[in-house]
Amino acid sequence: MLTFENPAISVKGVTKIYGEQTILNDLSFDVERNKITTILGFSGAGKSTLLKHILGITQPTKGTVEVLGQDLTKLDKVGLREFRKNFGMLFQYAALFDSFTAAENVGFPLSEFTKLKPAEINEKVKDLLISVGIKEESFNRLPSELSGGMRKRVGLARALALSPHIMLYDEPTTGLDPITTKMVNNLIVDTAKNHKDREMTSVIISHDVKATMEISDYVAFLDRGKIIEYLPVEEFRNSDKELVQEFLRL
Amino acid sequence: MITKLQTYLKDQIEEFGAGLLEAVDGMGKITQFGGRIMFWMFKRPFRFHLFFEQLYFIGNKSMTIIFLAGLFTGMVFCTQTYFGFKLINVDSLVGSIVAISLAKELAPVLTGLIVAGRAGSAMAAQIGSMKVTEQIDALEVMGINSVQYLAVPRVIASTIALPMLSIVFLFIGNLGAYLIGTTTLMIDDAMFFSKLSEFMAVEDIAQGVIKATVFGFVIALIGTYFGFQVEKGAVGVGRGTNLAVIWGMVSVLVLDYFLTTFLVKIL
Repeated sequence: MLTFENPAISVKGVTKIYGEQTILNDLSFDVERNKITTILGFSGAGKSTLLKHILGITQPTKGTVEVLGQDLTKLDKVGLREFRKNFGMLFQYAALFDSFTAAENVGFPLSEFTKLKPAEINEKVKDLLISVGIKEESFNRLPSELSGGMRKRVGLARALALSPHIMLYDEPTTGLDPITTKMVNNLIVDTAKNHKDREMTSVIISHDVKATMEISDYVAFLDRGKIIEYLPVEEFRNSDKELVQEFLRL
Repeated sequence: MITKLQTYLKDQIEEFGAGLLEAVDGMGKITQFGGRIMFWMFKRPFRFHLFFEQLYFIGNKSMTIIFLAGLFTGMVFCTQTYFGFKLINVDSLVGSIVAISLAKELAPVLTGLIVAGRAGSAMAAQIGSMKVTEQIDALEVMGINSVQYLAVPRVIASTIALPMLSIVFLFIGNLGAYLIGTTTLMIDDAMFFSKLSEFMAVEDIAQGVIKATVFGFVIALIGTYFGFQVEKGAVGVGRGTNLAVIWGMVSVLVLDYFLTTFLVKIL
């Protein structure tokens, strides 16, 4: 199992039990800074629960989760909310606010958390939307008027608005056509590259093997609440774990 | 035969007991949620624009239906009261009886029921659909307290809007009663007003306003609570909306009794 000297995220012995069901089982792993790490696994393996632990939305039954050196299990609710400003997240279906336009969605975190003037916010929103490939004529469209791919781009622009140090992607290519999938993958890689100078660690939850192999630096495989394999991407292909090979063949 | 009846009765009692336990559990959770709302109500940041948006939605947008309901309630109540009172020759009291009934009971309760059906359901549906589309998760990930952002403005707006709507209902209801009383039922104009000012007191209006304020708080509390409880997609949103309306309406009627018994003693 991979360990790093100064990891961005360090999950140590995390167990999560809901009722009588153990979702995460004494799970430990580190995520290296400034790299793209993908967590693969079958449905119900515990990927989303792990993501919620990294965000501090769910507290572990046992164990600790450290992000950027901060133990999230030691923070109270207010502290956790404050700490979450270090995160950006692209949701599976973008989770745009449906009563806001694309520009308002991206401007929302800026108006909530910065003291920027409206004109400065507009300028930043414009830059962000253009950087993810949204044309100006779509700025004032509602999410319902945007395609799935465009919604993902706007969601990414919103997630990047506060320049997060940890970028989380929840099944970023699920339900997208191959061309849009490629576009989203390129966007993830470009985002990681463009923000490297001021530190950005990316964690992707996925079951898309092809996309994972294309964009990841490291790949972890989660099965029944445990990381059973965790290797650099080129080594992951040759994993000797039967379940991993079976998953890769799917 | 007896065994079947016993089994049937046992099932019915069990079902009733389970329902009762669920209702008590629900009330406990709603009260807890109310505590969270009260806590976050006084914490920064204060998002006034959200409050005004909700005040407009709950207040202004309910005006037409409140106007119609008030007008026809006043007209119907005046007609019914007139024919009853005429039998014992006290038809001169129609105006005052209608006004007092509207002020103390009909205006706050009917306004509460209307707002529970219109705005309470909308709150549950809006928040519920935000929940199933991960918009609430998005708020939380950004470090925004979803209860403070979504529930607090709605609860404050509803608590302020409902007494205002109730006063509009009262005014329009009396107008309806006056119009029908003086034009169709031929009640004397001067008599209508003199009896009204003789029997109607400020306390009657105050009672209605206090009730409406409480109803406003409870309806929004219930609407937002069931919105946050939504799970399982569109079906869940429908269920949450349905529960918000049922609980909202029942709460208005039950609270009305307790508030009446309390307020008649202090006012």
